[in-house]
Amino acid sequence: MSYVGSSVKRIEDRPLLTGRARFVADLSLPYQLHMRVVRSPVAHGRLLEIDTSEARAMDGVEAVWTRDDVREVPPIDYRMAWVEGLERFRQPVLAADHVRYVGEPVAIVLATDSYLAEDAAELVFAGIEELDPVVDPLAAGPEAIETTVVEKAYGDLEEAFGDAPVVVEMELAVGRHSGVPMETRGALAHYDPMRSVLEMFGAAKVPHHNRAAIASMLGLPLGAVVLREGHVGGGFGIRGELYPEDVLVCLAALRLGRPIRWVEDRREHMLAANHSRDQVHRIRAAVEADGWIRGVIDEFWVDQGAYLRTHQVTVTELTTSMLPGPYAWPAYRSRGHVMLSNKTPCGTYRAPGRYESTFVRERLIEVIAHRLGLDSSEVRRRNLVPPERMPYERGIAALGTELTYDSGDYPGFLDRTLEYLDYEQLTTDLARRRVDGELVGLGMGFFVEKSGLGPFDGVRVTVDEAGEVLVITGVASIGQGVETVLAQVCADELGVGIDSVRVRHGQTDDLAYGMGAFASRVTVMSGSATLIAARRVRRKALEAAAAALEADPDDLTIERGRVFVRGSPAGPAIMLGEVARRLRPGLTSGEPGLAAEGWFEAHHMAYPYGIHAAIVRVDPDSGRVEVERLVVAYEVGKAVNPELVNGQIAGGAAQGIGGALLEDFAYDESGQPLAATFMDYLMPTIAEMPDVEVLLLEEAPSPLNPLGVKGAGEGGITAVGAAIANAVADALGCPEKVTRLPLGPERVRRIAAGRA
Amino acid sequence: MSERTKVEVTLAVNGRSYRVRVEPRRTLADTLRDDCGLTGTHLGCEHGVCGACTILADGQPVRACLMFAVQCEGMELRTVEDLADGDRLHPIQQAFWENHGLQCGFCTPGFLMLSAGYLEQNPDPDEDELRAVLSSNLCRCTGYQNILKSVRQAAEVMRG
Repeated sequence: MSYVGSSVKRIEDRPLLTGRARFVADLSLPYQLHMRVVRSPVAHGRLLEIDTSEARAMDGVEAVWTRDDVREVPPIDYRMAWVEGLERFRQPVLAADHVRYVGEPVAIVLATDSYLAEDAAELVFAGIEELDPVVDPLAAGPEAIETTVVEKAYGDLEEAFGDAPVVVEMELAVGRHSGVPMETRGALAHYDPMRSVLEMFGAAKVPHHNRAAIASMLGLPLGAVVLREGHVGGGFGIRGELYPEDVLVCLAALRLGRPIRWVEDRREHMLAANHSRDQVHRIRAAVEADGWIRGVIDEFWVDQGAYLRTHQVTVTELTTSMLPGPYAWPAYRSRGHVMLSNKTPCGTYRAPGRYESTFVRERLIEVIAHRLGLDSSEVRRRNLVPPERMPYERGIAALGTELTYDSGDYPGFLDRTLEYLDYEQLTTDLARRRVDGELVGLGMGFFVEKSGLGPFDGVRVTVDEAGEVLVITGVASIGQGVETVLAQVCADELGVGIDSVRVRHGQTDDLAYGMGAFASRVTVMSGSATLIAARRVRRKALEAAAAALEADPDDLTIERGRVFVRGSPAGPAIMLGEVARRLRPGLTSGEPGLAAEGWFEAHHMAYPYGIHAAIVRVDPDSGRVEVERLVVAYEVGKAVNPELVNGQIAGGAAQGIGGALLEDFAYDESGQPLAATFMDYLMPTIAEMPDVEVLLLEEAPSPLNPLGVKGAGEGGITAVGAAIANAVADALGCPEKVTRLPLGPERVRRIAAGRA
Repeated sequence: MSERTKVEVTLAVNGRSYRVRVEPRRTLADTLRDDCGLTGTHLGCEHGVCGACTILADGQPVRACLMFAVQCEGMELRTVEDLADGDRLHPIQQAFWENHGLQCGFCTPGFLMLSAGYLEQNPDPDEDELRAVLSSNLCRCTGYQNILKSVRQAAEVMRG
């Protein structure tokens, strides 16, 4: 039986269902101290004296540290850096001379009990001379700091715009929202003198990178730091990056010689973990009467918050490179201004740069269609990259790789989606409902995603003498189903039952190298590495079994862990466990053990693509937007586990609805956050969710990896904002007035009231 | 400080009795997790919105982050650890597994206890009721449709 391609049930679910999972807050070590972070209550100010005496005097408080205690610790470095010379914008682990956002760490308290640590933290008094904050960097003028400008361009814009029959210009903005996983962050670190290692539990996403960063920041050899990933309660891009708290926990464990435990509360999470999006675009398109777009010029501003964190300008980089999406515009330039403000720093969030740029591009398409009196699907079709130009090189780079769409038939895909929607009938029905007085509309967004960012990932597959298989991977699991997917690939390739495969991830002492779980890369990279490693183990098993069975290895096969001559399942056979036993040191002349590593390298990304279609109903009195239907058509090359892909898409879609209608990290004019709890930061519940309809296509496999897969982690969210905005514009009959996400009730009421 | 005075409380959890010494301000959730070692009850917001800490108190779904341990003496408390019967999953757990009703699994114990408590009292809920009940809790991974599917299936199985 083939596991790959079938929706096998997840192998990782049992502990999660029975309350026996191990999230970081579930761990404790003897004699541990609890860390509590004292955070800035103001958005911008000069840090004066910090009075810690009262807190220090409390029974059970072991230490209170401020900037003076961490002078030797450097700021947190960039994990991905695209622009040189931005070092001065990195965040220190504790504020030094200035505080720059509400929630910035100013001091830490270490105490014997977590309640006590909170009590003591309230007694730390940081003197702050308040300064004017920058809350809106676009409105702030010269006060606002522009860290850099990221520009990408190709083609002849002068020619495109010179005598263009129509020029369409718009300003479009996407609000500030983020991943907000249900599990807040946390860390537990201790120094183990027996192994001479500093060990930190609570790693996620990029354990290997963070191990190196922590070792370097604390002046330790790489081998003296071990990071451990346990169960992780959602990632979405923001979780697992290196934050000040991770470093402080490790530093305290080293210095005090006691385990240090830190578990973030929800309010802290909303203030301190990465925000994302928050962009304003001014975009212009030169268009011909038939809808052909000759060229596009985009200028945008990203409100990056107070510091550049580990991603540096990654989101801006991705926005500029991915904005053209599926279209073959002959000329293009995008310039992204990376601005600082006195707000929580930003990082990546699921489909970074694509959620934003897809909203901008697909709104633009809609307005172009309106101006020209064309159907927007026709404008899309006219501009799509034709299949005969695949692989399609755009002539710009994305994340240090050439942007080359690997495969696909975009026009055919549009047809399939319109057919699924029964487009003509649907638009007719909606028009009839509008005549009857309902404010209903349809909106779509076509997008290209990216996935499988390299440069490498590795897997070691080992079969023990009981025939049990262990897959060790350098990627991480953030709850997306990594274990199951890798087990499926391994079981098929090796010829064993999935029940005998275990998968271990996120332990930095298991494998020397590991890249991690981001950029929809895990199935592409680690899936391929698993395939390679399992293939090697299989070869080794066949060769060893051949001697025992007195047969040619090429005549043998393996099924459910049993090696036999192909075509003679009832004939002589040997089990993989027995093969492993025969490969003990001393019994074999070759490398002992039934094990192998596989490394997969990739220097280009694989580009999945999709279309989102939303049907909404607007209540003009309350401003409520009800999403009646949300359709996601998505081309993934090959789905290793279709049910898990559907799950990724539905979950992404929910987050997309949040960003389109509800979620907003708003600030007042003094830089105080207005959404620091779940009462104010509204995420979709089941009440806001339609049943997401997924049209999963596997017709354009990627030529870039042996599985043919394209990543599926992000495409569920990418065009939700675009599709809902276009649908609201359609419902209200004002195609040009929907220019900003989220479309909360107030904004929708205003648009509804102002329509003709 | 006076609030650090601890009091002795006896809690009946999952058919067992736990005698713990806690400050009166200690939440039930923290007590279950840190004093009883029952870490299956998760904390997602600590102010009663997300529902990850939902448990059953005398059969009713409650937020363990909004109760103090000292309030719970004499109540029959039930947490996710008590759902399965040895190796045999409870129908609601089985349904979540079969319908891919969880991804990261952090909110799952709350949804399981909410649904188990609800279905025990309302074995045959209609779709609208079920949606209304499930809107009590937050999930950030699944988009909810597989959770709804799981609870529907569990209801059927539990009705027999």
